[in-house]
Amino acid sequence: MSGDRVDFDGQIVAFAEDLRAEGVSVGTSELLDAFSALELVAWGSAGDFRETLAATIAKSPEDRRLFALVFERFFFRAAELQALKLDVAEPQTRFGEGELDLDELRRQIARALSDGSDPDLRDLARLAIAAFGKGQGSGVLGVDVQRIRRALGLRSERQPELPEDDPRHDGIPREQLRRFEQALRRELERVQIERNQALPPKRALTDLDRSLPGGPVQDLAAVHRVVAQLRRRLASGGHELRGHSRHAHVDVRATMRASLQTGGVPVTLKYRPRRPRRPELFVLCDVSTSVTSASTFFLSILHALHDVFRKQRSFVFIERISEVTDVFLRERDFRTAAAAISRDAGVADISGYTDYGRVWSEFLAEIEDELHPRATVIVLGDARTNGRPPREELFAAITARAGRTFWLNPEPKLYWNYGDSVISAYAQYCEAFECWRTDQLEDFVRALTRPRVS
Amino acid sequence: MASEPQSVEEVSGGLRSVGYLPDGPTALVSFLATKLGKPVLVEGPAGVGKTELAKALAKFLGRELVRLQCYEGLDEAKALYEWNYRKQLLRIQAESGNAGWDAVQDDIFGEQFLLERPLLTAIAASEPVVLLIDEIDKTDQEFEAMLLELLSDFQITIPELGRIEARTHPVVLLTSNNSRELTEALKRRCLYLWLDYPELEHELAIVRIHSPDLPETIARKLVEVVQMVRELDLKKPPSIAESIDWARALLLLGADDIDQAVFRATMSVIVKHRTDLDTVAERVGVRLEPARAT
Repeated sequence: MSGDRVDFDGQIVAFAEDLRAEGVSVGTSELLDAFSALELVAWGSAGDFRETLAATIAKSPEDRRLFALVFERFFFRAAELQALKLDVAEPQTRFGEGELDLDELRRQIARALSDGSDPDLRDLARLAIAAFGKGQGSGVLGVDVQRIRRALGLRSERQPELPEDDPRHDGIPREQLRRFEQALRRELERVQIERNQALPPKRALTDLDRSLPGGPVQDLAAVHRVVAQLRRRLASGGHELRGHSRHAHVDVRATMRASLQTGGVPVTLKYRPRRPRRPELFVLCDVSTSVTSASTFFLSILHALHDVFRKQRSFVFIERISEVTDVFLRERDFRTAAAAISRDAGVADISGYTDYGRVWSEFLAEIEDELHPRATVIVLGDARTNGRPPREELFAAITARAGRTFWLNPEPKLYWNYGDSVISAYAQYCEAFECWRTDQLEDFVRALTRPRVS
Repeated sequence: MASEPQSVEEVSGGLRSVGYLPDGPTALVSFLATKLGKPVLVEGPAGVGKTELAKALAKFLGRELVRLQCYEGLDEAKALYEWNYRKQLLRIQAESGNAGWDAVQDDIFGEQFLLERPLLTAIAASEPVVLLIDEIDKTDQEFEAMLLELLSDFQITIPELGRIEARTHPVVLLTSNNSRELTEALKRRCLYLWLDYPELEHELAIVRIHSPDLPETIARKLVEVVQMVRELDLKKPPSIAESIDWARALLLLGADDIDQAVFRATMSVIVKHRTDLDTVAERVGVRLEPARAT
């Protein structure tokens, strides 16, 4: 048996390699955990095997999703490859032989969908392919799947022309349809493999596969990583001591403890350790139509910033500003947060075009007193004023009060100061960066460590 | 004390017997945690029974539960250990003059002057315990780093005393509401369990186990309504704990059906935000049958 075992270990290592290729970080120690866990679990059932691997390897909801996709792909291919080697063909289905009454089959499949288990679904899919997938098929799996589904008359909408007792009358729940389509796709793939006697080339997961259904394609995780760096840079910069030992507090407890060495006489005073100052952050984010393409990216930056900075206030603006700090505090999920902001921020007034002058004056009015030399202001926007006065003197007032000010512009540098863009008017008071991809965000973070110009 | 479980089924059955219905992965991971001696990181929305799992495990394994509730600003003096300096002072004064310097010096950093905080308690316990580190995401990253030594080697280093190694192997559960990303280093040392809202049948079983007197039909309807409410876009979707509360409330009120009137009266048990209440009343309330004229 030892020969088999080695082979199996190899499979799991190969699976981990596959996961790494898709961007899940799997450490060697985690793999070792997986092996020791598998020794303990009777992993005869696919479910337990999978859960054991997942518990030791995939450690965030994000990773879980990728894990599920890769697991499916990897072990399907591994099983098929083995079947090819050993020359095993699928046995006939157990759903009857002989002439098929097509109408009856349609009804049966629809009925079985609602209460079928996975193996049942697989048999049904094979049967459906045998009945409706005649000929060689188009060669494109997706097309064949949809053709068979249509031939079966499976739809999620109501079909009032069918008799009452037919389950298709009220429409099939989408979840069941999806499961059946998945089974169809697998079976078609299997048929193809059996016919060609070879595995098709491995397909990498596309961005579409990875992204949450309806979620942004931008890699949130990447933004989070970069922002975590940003925090370290901001935290370590700009808190040189001003005046030695200013505001030192005596730590009574520590002093007492130290005094024990001198017989209870407090000879040396102990001070409270000076905590590294937490940077305070004010972020202004443009959400107008001219930056629509970048706004998801911007919001994900905001979202990530909230993860690492406790003292942060966020504002979104178009014609006026609106504070969204509590939205991010309340909503952990990026999609809900983004939806909540677009729903109730209420920043558009009449025209829906950005009015920077008004934004600065409102911002100043609201938090002028809270700006101080330790605060960092970050503006995310394209500096397109739509012909309105830029009021750079107000912006200058903001930058004068804040410690550092940064501007992240989602437009390529080529377009800066072109048309109604007035970035140069603002750039003289702050540091402006071109930023619409995560690698540019990294550049920005790197630039933060450079000695300050001012 | 119950002996160590030998199979996943045993864990599953054991948790059931103490009133916690685990799903497949939960039982599996709990089993792995007891066998491998690795900490488990449990994540999921609020109120799906993360903390309950720790309590149930402690009960099932017959171990004491040591709980460390995390919050922002938690430091090692409150989590690990602290010197009882008052006692140290008294000791010095009581001895003054009689004992030599070295004797006192050695003496006052002995274990009897150590105040044990939860983590040290868990390590130093003579019987194995279940250690629950609740809401780890509320602490700072620095605190996570401090935990690493404990989680991987089950030991704590105290400068004056040296290293304290665990006499017994605690089962460690860390829970997180996912309010921030935890560090990779911490995750690498843990098994991972994602708890989500349960499926309809599973939740029904949970509600039934907690309020067995509620008629099956009402329980089923209740769970269906709760699942419906969860699908809405709410600030705080109802958790399992709230379904159970609702079931108890209905039982107390002696309701024999969930109709519009009953729903409106008791809705605040499961929905706890002003704006959510309106949404729910509008979207779910109307789907129920109107109150019967009595």
